[in-house]
Amino acid sequence: MTATIEPEVGKSRRRKEDERLITGRTRWTDNLALPGMLHMAVLRSPFAHAKIVSIDTSAAKGAAGVVAVFTAKDLDPDSSIGMPCAWPITPDMKAPRRPVLAADQVNFAGEGVAVVVARTSAEAHDALEEIDVEYDELPVILDMEAAIADGAPLVHEDQGSNTSAVWKFDSAEAGTGGNVEEAISSAEVVVKRRFRQQRLVPAFMEPRACVVDPTGTQLTMWSATQVPHILRVMSALTLGIPEHKLRVIAPDVGGGFGGKIGVLPEEMMSLLVAQKLGKPVKWNETRSETMLAAHHGRDQIQDITISATRDGQVTGLKVELLANLGAYNGLVGTGVPILGAFMFNAIYKFPAYHFACTNVYTTTTLTDAYRGAGRPEATFAIERIMDELAVELGVDPLELREKNWIKHEEFPFTTVCGLTYDSGNYEAATAKAKQLFDYDGLRAEQEKRRASGDKVQLGIGISTFTEMCGLAPSRVLGSLDYGAGGWEHAAIRMLPTGKVEVITGASAHGQGHETAWSQIVADQLGVAFEDVEIIHGDTQSSHKGMDTYGSRSLVVGGIAVVKAAEKVVAKAKPIAAHLLECAEDDLEFANGKFTVKGTDTSTGIADIALAVFAAHNLPDGVEPSLDSDATFDPENFSYPHGTHLCAAEVDTETGRIKLRSYVCVDDVGVAVNPLIVEGQVHGGLAQGIAQALFEGTEHDESGTLTTGTFADYLLPSAADLPSFTTDRTETPSTTNPLGAKGVGEAGTIASTPAVVNAVIDAVRHFGVNDIEMPLTPMRVWHAMQHGTTDAGGPGRGEAGGGLGSIDASGGAQ
Amino acid sequence: MRITVTVDGTKYTDEVEPRTLLVHHLREKLGKVGTVVGCDTSNCGACTVHLDGHSVKSCSVLAVQADGCEVTTIEGLARDGQLHPVQKAFHDNHALQCGFCTPGMIMQSIDLLADNPDPDEQAVREGLEGNLCRCTGYQNIVRAVRDAAQNMSPGAGPEAERISENKHVGVGGD
Ligand code: FES
Ligand code: FES
Repeated sequence: MTATIEPEVGKSRRRKEDERLITGRTRWTDNLALPGMLHMAVLRSPFAHAKIVSIDTSAAKGAAGVVAVFTAKDLDPDSSIGMPCAWPITPDMKAPRRPVLAADQVNFAGEGVAVVVARTSAEAHDALEEIDVEYDELPVILDMEAAIADGAPLVHEDQGSNTSAVWKFDSAEAGTGGNVEEAISSAEVVVKRRFRQQRLVPAFMEPRACVVDPTGTQLTMWSATQVPHILRVMSALTLGIPEHKLRVIAPDVGGGFGGKIGVLPEEMMSLLVAQKLGKPVKWNETRSETMLAAHHGRDQIQDITISATRDGQVTGLKVELLANLGAYNGLVGTGVPILGAFMFNAIYKFPAYHFACTNVYTTTTLTDAYRGAGRPEATFAIERIMDELAVELGVDPLELREKNWIKHEEFPFTTVCGLTYDSGNYEAATAKAKQLFDYDGLRAEQEKRRASGDKVQLGIGISTFTEMCGLAPSRVLGSLDYGAGGWEHAAIRMLPTGKVEVITGASAHGQGHETAWSQIVADQLGVAFEDVEIIHGDTQSSHKGMDTYGSRSLVVGGIAVVKAAEKVVAKAKPIAAHLLECAEDDLEFANGKFTVKGTDTSTGIADIALAVFAAHNLPDGVEPSLDSDATFDPENFSYPHGTHLCAAEVDTETGRIKLRSYVCVDDVGVAVNPLIVEGQVHGGLAQGIAQALFEGTEHDESGTLTTGTFADYLLPSAADLPSFTTDRTETPSTTNPLGAKGVGEAGTIASTPAVVNAVIDAVRHFGVNDIEMPLTPMRVWHAMQHGTTDAGGPGRGEAGGGLGSIDASGGAQ
Repeated sequence: MRITVTVDGTKYTDEVEPRTLLVHHLREKLGKVGTVVGCDTSNCGACTVHLDGHSVKSCSVLAVQADGCEVTTIEGLARDGQLHPVQKAFHDNHALQCGFCTPGMIMQSIDLLADNPDPDEQAVREGLEGNLCRCTGYQNIVRAVRDAAQNMSPGAGPEAERISENKHVGVGGD
């Protein structure tokens, strides 16, 4: 009998990665020091929009330590290099060229204008000051509505408009649901709101950096990137470098959150400069540069209309978005609102849906993916408006949700967007969350405080959510005009000593792939967790991949590992049969051993690996190889979900908010490593709460970013956040063999509306039905004083048309 | 200027420019790249080291100010192959994800525990206020610090003494 070994999947394994990270032996890009290495610094435009009249680099060229200074003309004499955009969302989408360095015009404050290469980084930065650029200012365009108004000044004069593209989905046209206009015009209740998704900074802790070494037979680029594979192919296409002559390495990467998904002009500059000088070149940005020039996230205006019957059945949802692209199309920024398009109906059975998004150019830093990318924005809007609808109907907001959500027995369920949710159990997650939270007790306390006019009022916020994880089925991406597939690659090499090397295309930046992948392989091959080594982040050893974003690593990349392991077992089987002198059909494989059924005759995978290495006694025609190569292209997304409940105390005299408790029950399917899952949820919650309460970029009238450092941009510290109560339910995904669903973005997606709903719930009786994020004490206080929806943003809280719409200044029960 | 600094037990004498920050001296001149730079406004705490036993943001100290001092970095904590109890607690409690803030967090946590060997949750949160982490949401970091406090409390064995050694004498010495 084979002894049963405790499965690794499901164990809260402490991470393999930690050892180097806690001892300071981490390989950050900025740690690299190559012989003869030079340092590159970028001169950035102080103006948001201006013609470049002249650039005088002569003084800089003579400065101490300076080796070379380049302007656009030097780097790209034919002005032929344009940064790539991988997502042309419509056939008529505008495609203004984003140059590597601005030549004639700058379109956002922070755009690169020249580069200095010097012996040291300090000398390179000193010499930037010696460059004399003459600018001729152009009108600054910051406001999206103004940008698309008739006669507005244009960001790109040659494009003829600041509207990049308009993308629509209509359930009646798609045949997935009814007609929204009819639903709204015939509805008993209509609620209409305008929500604003402020612009956020992804704020990974490691600033971006890259090093290019042109001195070998290949060009080698190290970069603090989330996407080494995509970076390699895009660099080859952008600069015409033969792909096989370029090796990209993402060593340890200090966080990304979507913020390191771009293909950067600075990376292209480094490649060009290093080739021209024939020496290794390092670029390492300062935090102030990151804030200015690394892409931002969110930044949408959302006009939402929801219609319902008096007894609370939602009949239609109409969404009109303005999405701020910034000055150019980012790598995938054009498609971020489109990802959201499929999530506005969230966990609900809405019969009619219309979505339209206008992507707008402004003279601001680009926006692109940021944790959740489109889905947090959508979830916020729907969860906020469900609360507003509940108030209008006079029902408990949780009850309204229950009335409209997809029931457990209705899965798989095809939504009004045409997505099929594989599995879910919203009832179970909600019941657990309610109990952990003491929902009824807190409601009673809220009543009491309200009745007594307590200085500190209590609010309860709910956010039930789902997201599409595991980006993505290649065919779906193709149907959305995305430029690449969504498969992932893995390979396994059984070594002669029975140890295992696993190569994954999902390159990690803090998620713990080395640990989780080892757990998966340990179970699949019956080897020890410690005997598995995970190789990633280097296009030479990990030659294929689609990298890490969109909670895809485990549910796409992890499944590729499973497939690769299955191939190893399949290859080993005939060899085992040969060694044990039995028929293949008589063998069963478990816990790393092939056993002849009904006997205790067996051989282990390690023995087979050694036999393969020796190759003295293999069946005829069998290759001496226990290596495998697999790609996995999912058939469907996975749909984790959860219920988040937040209790917020608001000091009615100061507007100060205290999060009293935060409970979430997430269902991420099978958790490969619950410890890692919990950690990801915590981090996500912190980011989502930060959007609700703390973070937001601001520009002054001249387009200067006034929140350009960590001194001005309020990234929460440990003292600003509470402890969370997190728990799980487990509804396995039916679309992959692990039953996993993905977790990286869940916390961020769900928490922002939970917190805002809680705060509004606390002060609603002051006549408040909306407050713009971030909910600073000043904004909360102002809203309470004025009993309005708004602390000053233009065009907020418009009353909707139609029956029973909530008046902008009202909403009190 | 010529300065002598003892870093993680080794004495280094070097010429530095007066404007050189301690963190750049450590990273670029001495190859002590375990200490990292996350910002240019002394807000993130990623660069935290111990200077004569007290935590400092090494981006806000000039290298010349460290002349004659002892510096302990993350690389000098583990000794004889043994992790410092705070390092171990970070590992045990999954208090890190990308790990970029981690060296600074660990150095700050050690200093915090030296001041307050048994901090409650709020004291840990306030003690780490100057160190930013984008990945963890802090909860597990707080847990790790309190866990380390337990392991280092009187009677918890020889590890307990290391905390005061780090704090008041510096590591290694000469
Ligand atoms: S690098 Fe020193 S505080 Fe940020
Ligand atoms: S672990 Fe990534 S910043 Fe703290």
